[in-house]
This record gives sequence, structure tokens and C-alpha cells, in this order.
Amino acid sequence: MNLKDKKVILHDMSLRDGMHAKRHQISLDQMVDVATGLDEAGMPLIEVTHGDGLGGTSVNYGFPAHSDEEYLGAVIPKMKNAKVSALLLPGIGTVDHLRMAKDLGVNTIRVATHCTEADVSEQHIGLAAKLEMDTVGFLMMAHMATPEKILEQARLMESYGANCIYCTDSAGYMLPDEVTEKIGLLRAELNPNTQIGFHGHHNMGMAIANSLAAVDAGAFRIDGSVAGLGAGAGNTPLEVFVAVLERMQADHGIDLYKIMDVAEDRVVPFMDQPIRVDRDALTLGYAGVYSSFLLFAQRAEAKYGVTARDLLVELGRRGTVGGQEDMIEDLALTMSQERAKEKGLN
Amino acid sequence: MSKKLKAAIIGPGNIGTDLLIKMFRSEWIEPVWMVGIDPESDGLKRAQEMGIKTTAEGVDGLLPHVIEDDIRVAFDATSAYVHAENSRKLNELGVIMIDLTPAAIGPFCVPPVNLAEHAQNLEMNVNMVTCGGQATIPMVAAVSQVQGVEYGEIIATVSSRSAGPGTRKNIDEFTRTTAGAVEKVGGADKGKAIIIINPAEPPLIMRDTVHCLTNETPNEAAITESVHAMVKEVQKYVPGYRLVNGPVFDGNRVSMFMEVEGLGDYLPKYAGNLDIMTAAGLRTAEMFSEEAANGSITLPNRG
Repeated sequence: MNLKDKKVILHDMSLRDGMHAKRHQISLDQMVDVATGLDEAGMPLIEVTHGDGLGGTSVNYGFPAHSDEEYLGAVIPKMKNAKVSALLLPGIGTVDHLRMAKDLGVNTIRVATHCTEADVSEQHIGLAAKLEMDTVGFLMMAHMATPEKILEQARLMESYGANCIYCTDSAGYMLPDEVTEKIGLLRAELNPNTQIGFHGHHNMGMAIANSLAAVDAGAFRIDGSVAGLGAGAGNTPLEVFVAVLERMQADHGIDLYKIMDVAEDRVVPFMDQPIRVDRDALTLGYAGVYSSFLLFAQRAEAKYGVTARDLLVELGRRGTVGGQEDMIEDLALTMSQERAKEKGLN
Repeated sequence: MSKKLKAAIIGPGNIGTDLLIKMFRSEWIEPVWMVGIDPESDGLKRAQEMGIKTTAEGVDGLLPHVIEDDIRVAFDATSAYVHAENSRKLNELGVIMIDLTPAAIGPFCVPPVNLAEHAQNLEMNVNMVTCGGQATIPMVAAVSQVQGVEYGEIIATVSSRSAGPGTRKNIDEFTRTTAGAVEKVGGADKGKAIIIINPAEPPLIMRDTVHCLTNETPNEAAITESVHAMVKEVQKYVPGYRLVNGPVFDGNRVSMFMEVEGLGDYLPKYAGNLDIMTAAGLRTAEMFSEEAANGSITLPNRG
């Protein structure tokens, strides 16, 4: 693979996807500390919101330590060069949240839908484009649809006004060949001015390999997290990816030692648990389940005595999609009752 | 003379057709007119085949027949954009309007919670909220009738096949309207609504989760009894409304996990989200009809 001089825009997820791993409890000081470190390291884009995007605050996904307004209001004024992005999932957040984010100085809106349901994003993508924001369409759980379906949905988002389309491996399920095929088709068929992005999770240990495959196939933006802080086994660890890109002489614009230090000195110390491919995170990738289900499944295991692995495999079998966290407790209750009945019969 | 009130359905799409099939079974409502805008539409043809008068001239095509056919109630299954005009024209002629669009110019109606009140007041326009609202607000109300609910949150998951283009184009309307009705009808101080569209095949049956945060420690026995009683009330018009799990109590959190299977009249059984709207709309008209028949309300005078 030859990526020499290839330009790659990196986008840090630690303060948004990382919120999942922190049960949305990152403090304002920690956010500012990480974001300023990333800014100094040359990170061009940093995402900041509740893990489930603007308006994600809920019983279902978790109440955060601070509101989106407070996080964005704390981080944005401290940025010298980095721009801040916000995620928005139609059905959870609304255009009111989008306007609030714009007013606080958010540069990039990423409108996320399940990979087959892009048509729910028309009003949000349309408004962001109209407000002349950097507007991204974010197709989640992209392993669940064919490359042709992903392209069809990407074209919808492009038609609503998105200037960048992401193929998002929310479950960390994809292997590099699949990334190559999907990103390659998007790059070949979308408007040449539309940028392509890839967002990976490390649940099968493939985040770096998949991100390289994405760049090679034509992706311009790559998501990752400093220290990997993200849902499941985390996102593509950016300090690692930067070192790899450095070795491959790609044009990434990041200071390697500085981002290594942000990871080690500013992020790792506040992790609640090591971000690694443990048994349950591996199950997410293997079964193709939305990465933020991890901690919910582990809590349900503790409360109802059904293993997280059994829950996650069943959730995968049922074809659950991003946002269906409420299914986890429901399923744990049903499975624990069924097991109690079976025991009673013996 | 029949006790049934005569009705018109505006909008011969999936909702309008399902409503028509249900109405043929009703003891209180008699379908007479189906109103569309496209003479070639399948919906109008279906209605004709079922022996219903049709017009493709929109509501204006219905107006000359309202008095002679004694139309007393109309169901609007079109869109929020045209509802206000439809409602104004028909209200002027003394027709009660059941609004199945997100327009919500009249008060929200969730039958087991506040229908009796609307019928007593002879509200001339009532709004059926949203599918997610019909499925979940009875549960929020079941809790708030026992004790104060400071926060009510509902998560509605519907199959991709049952989410129509109107919902998709303006999904914010769903979240806003439903959250508003969780407060106004459900009785929560603050409401939140989330909708998820799932493309799994075969399509999943509509699922709903309701979380309430109570002000004080929840009275588990009283809430459990209230929830079960409310489920029975909804089952009177939606037999496939089921409490799958719960109420679960966790600190001040009370959670109910629901499934809504439709009757499969015109819409498939998995589309409980659409079925609960048509069933609730019809139930609402029936209550007006019952109240008129027993003399507790007097319908607008017609010379």
C-alpha cells in the first residue's frame, strides 16, 4: 500500500464517542484539557457532545455530567486552530439543537442515521447546509447493508446538501476488504467534490488496518480517538494511527509526540476501565452490535444474571440498530425469566 | 333511525384505508365518504369497491354533501399542511374533526386518559398526537395518576416499512409533538421522546419503552396496579397492546416495556404504530357518538 504524500484529515472522537466509555461523565476541565492538547498537536477537528449526539441526554442513553451547551461553550473558545464538530441523530436531536450548536460556534454538523434510513436526515442536513456549515452525512452500522445500498443512501444525503459522507463501522465488524469495497464505490460514484470519511471501532482489532484501507480506497477524513477512548473496544487510536501514517509518509499534519502525550498524560488517567478488546467488546464486533451497547449489557449482566455476551449475541441476531439501548434491559428481563422457568422445570 | 354517526375519511392512503376497514365493524360510526385528490389513486378505487362514496376533489368535493348525507364526523389522514383548512371548512358545517396529522390545532386526545373530557366538552377538533404518543402516554398517565412524575421519557421503535414518507421528512415533528403530549396528557413535568427506525426483516413489531422518574420514592404496588389497569383500557381498542416487561423499579425510575401488534386489517400486524393511531381515532369518534346517543352531549344543530 502506498500512501506517500496522501492527505488525510483526522477527526478526534474522544470527547464524543469517548463519552460512551465514560458514561457521559467527562468533566468540563477534562474536556478542555484534552481538546487544548489535541489543538496543540495539530488535530484539525474535534467532536464534542453527549455520546449519542446533541440532545442525547436521557434515561435511555444516560444523563451527562454537563449539557451539550456547557461542553461546547467550554471547549470552543479555547481552540486556536482546531474546529469543533457535533453529532446529531434525527429521532433523538432536532434542528433546535443544531441551531444551538451553530450559535455556540460549532463548525461541522454530522447527521447520523442507520445506513438504510438516510431519508430521515433531510431536514437536518438541509438546514446545516443552508447555514453554510461543514455538513456531513454519517451512515451508521454500514456493515448491515450492501455497498450498492450504502451508495444509494449516500446519494440521498448528498442530494440534501452534505459535502462529506461517512461509511461508519459502528459495530467494529468490518474487515479491510469490506472497507475497501464500500469506500471505493462511494469514491467512484459520488460527486468528486464530496469528501468520503471512515469511522472505525476496534472491536475485532481491525481499526488501524481498516482506516488504512479506507484512505487507500479514497477516504479523506478518518475518525479516531486519542488513546482510543470510545465505545466498545474504542475507536481507531489516533496516536497509533498517526505513527503508522508517519511511517507511510502520508500527509496527516499531526505532531506525533504531542498526541502520544495527550493520550498518556491527559486521557488514560481518567479512563474508568482499560479500553481494550475484552470478551464483551470482541462479541460486539463478532456479532455486529452497536458499540455503545457494551456498558449497558454489562450492567444488565450484573443486575439480571444473564451474561453480556449472551445478550449481545441475541441483540445481533434480532438486527438491533444504533439507539436501541432500551432493548438491553428488556431482553435481560425476558431471558432471565425464561431461564428461571427452565430451572423450575428441572 | 340508526344511532350511528355518519363519517367521512379524508386521505385514502394506508391510514385512511385501515380506518375504513375498522369502521365497517363499528357499532357507533358509519363510513359514508372517502375523500382524495387523485381519481386514479388505489385508495379511492378500494373505497369505491367497498361501497363508499368517493370524491377526488378534496374536501371541497365533500362539502356540498355534508348536510344531505348528515356527515357528523371527519377523520383527517392527510398532512399537517392542509389540515387547518380542512378542519375550518368542515367545522363550519358542524362536523367534528378527528385529526390524525401532526397539525395539532385542537387538544391532544389519548382515549383512556382524556377522551371522556373532550367528548363532554364537545371539542370540535381533537388531535391524535403520534403513534408513539398513543402507545406510551397511557403508561405515563398510569404512573402520574398515582404520584408526581418529574420526567417522562418514551422510546418508540418502529419497523422501517411502517415509517411513511411524511414521518421521515419531518421526524422532528414526531419528537416535539410526542414530548409535548407526554407533558400535557401524560402528566409529566418534563417530557422527552425518541424514535428509532429499524429495517430488520421480517419487520419487527412496534416496541415502546416508557421511563418515568417520580418525585418521591415510587409506590410500587399502586403503580403496578395502575399500569395493569391502563393496559386493559388500551386493549379494549388495541387488543395487541402488551406489557412485555415491567413496571421495573430502580430508585425513582419506573420503566415499562411495551409491544404493540396491530389487528392486520389493511396494514400488516407488525405496523402496530399505524394501527394504534387508526384504532384510537375511531375509538374517539365512537365516544362522541355514544355520548350523543345517550343525550349527554348535543351535536351542532342542523336545520
